[in-house]
Amino acid sequence: MSPRTPGADLPEHPDSLWRSPEPKRSYDVVIVGGGGHGLATAHYLAKNHGITDVAVLEKGWLAGGNMARNTTIIRSNYLWDESSAIYEHALKLWEGLEEDLGYPILFSQRGVLNLAHTLQDVRDSVRRVEANKLNGIDAEWLEPDEVRKICPVVNTSTDIRYPVLGATYQPRAGIAKHDYVAWGFARRADEAGIDLVQDCEVTGFDTDGNRVTGVRTTRGTISAGTVALCAAGHTSVLTDMLGIPVPVQSHPLQALVSELLEPVHPTVVMSNAVHVYVSQAHKGELVMGAGVDSYNGYGQRGAFHVIERQMAAAVELFPVFARAHLLRTWGGIVDTTPDASPIVGRTPYDNVYLNCGWGTGGFKATPGIGSALAHTIAHDDPHPYVAPFTLDRFVTGALVDEHGAAAVAH
Amino acid sequence: MQLIACPWCGPREEVEFSYGGQAHVPYPDDPGALSDEEWAHYVFFRANPKGRFAERWNHSAGCRRWFNAIRDTATYRFERVYRLDDPKPVIP
Repeated sequence: MSPRTPGADLPEHPDSLWRSPEPKRSYDVVIVGGGGHGLATAHYLAKNHGITDVAVLEKGWLAGGNMARNTTIIRSNYLWDESSAIYEHALKLWEGLEEDLGYPILFSQRGVLNLAHTLQDVRDSVRRVEANKLNGIDAEWLEPDEVRKICPVVNTSTDIRYPVLGATYQPRAGIAKHDYVAWGFARRADEAGIDLVQDCEVTGFDTDGNRVTGVRTTRGTISAGTVALCAAGHTSVLTDMLGIPVPVQSHPLQALVSELLEPVHPTVVMSNAVHVYVSQAHKGELVMGAGVDSYNGYGQRGAFHVIERQMAAAVELFPVFARAHLLRTWGGIVDTTPDASPIVGRTPYDNVYLNCGWGTGGFKATPGIGSALAHTIAHDDPHPYVAPFTLDRFVTGALVDEHGAAAVAH
Repeated sequence: MQLIACPWCGPREEVEFSYGGQAHVPYPDDPGALSDEEWAHYVFFRANPKGRFAERWNHSAGCRRWFNAIRDTATYRFERVYRLDDPKPVIP
């Protein structure tokens, strides 16, 4: 047999879901950050407001940051009215998203259990359930035997270090396939004529008084009518260029998957106190995450002892996982805020909107923040769903403390 | 896991340490004179650079003493460790 060139027999590259255009020199709206929030904002600008002269600038590849690294949990059981409003808005959009995008996103409403392990956990959880009900969000308090019925693999025996004393349950919560979500949004935005520009890092801003006139990038300067910053963990890098102080701290947050297993885990389980959250992906991997690495970091990786601790927690709660092998670990960069709530809205620059501080829980908000931010940009007025999350709240004191419901320690 | 060089104990494993955030944030000289905005900045706002960062660490499972470090937040590499009463080192 004669030698063949390596790769000569490979099938043709499949069609791309979106173009990769050269950026134009000017756009009505420039969105910095081609992750879930940036792409969703672009989609809703086109769909809801007919604004299509839009560029989404991405320094790497589309949806390759936190959108590719999260654990895909979707729920809306937050404590305060402000948070439950936007997360529930997002959940309602998730429920119709596959149809809206015309693209499969494997949205599976398999429910989320938030376990309580101490008396204080129980009190906080019951309070949150009641708050959720008042806000029209499906929520229940479950006793340990009910937890066992919903998720038989959870260890509900009383002889473990932190016994399960009960759980909150949101049946409409669930998971989705994060990559498909990003691709669905990207495809729709691209079809509408929006330019998704990858490999285009923002290096600075041209300003004129209270306005940003141009965005300097590695692919030239692009002038912009309105700029929306959707850069998650890298937000401070951008706001430092603009001289806007923003109270976020970027931390590595790690996650991991096991090898592929038979379906054993029918729902999503989160435990704040023992600290691990677990679901089983459609393909069969157990997907787990835990708390942030303690130090500030932009490295998209963390320390192994954090993984080790979360494994210990997982095996304690799910003894059946003890024989599962760890397949892969990775890290994302999460932008945490002092009150564990996002920062969305105006900045000292008239035509720059900020969207950051979603910390460890931005994925679930993707369609919600996309539509609310698009509305905000289109009307040049913060949508009621984002209005409480101003940068100004750290001065006025109107914080929205969601450390309890955020479920990831930071 | 990396080794962190405690200025008093020498290199020890990262699990022995806890993090204290940005260093060199002094308590206001005249707290009563601060505006709401200045208070907000003292309480909530911290630098978040990608690159070198002067920060506080505590050798919590060792000598339990605080110290400062210059660490690169992109590579996680510790470039200097120094005592709290030392001035912030200038690294070329």
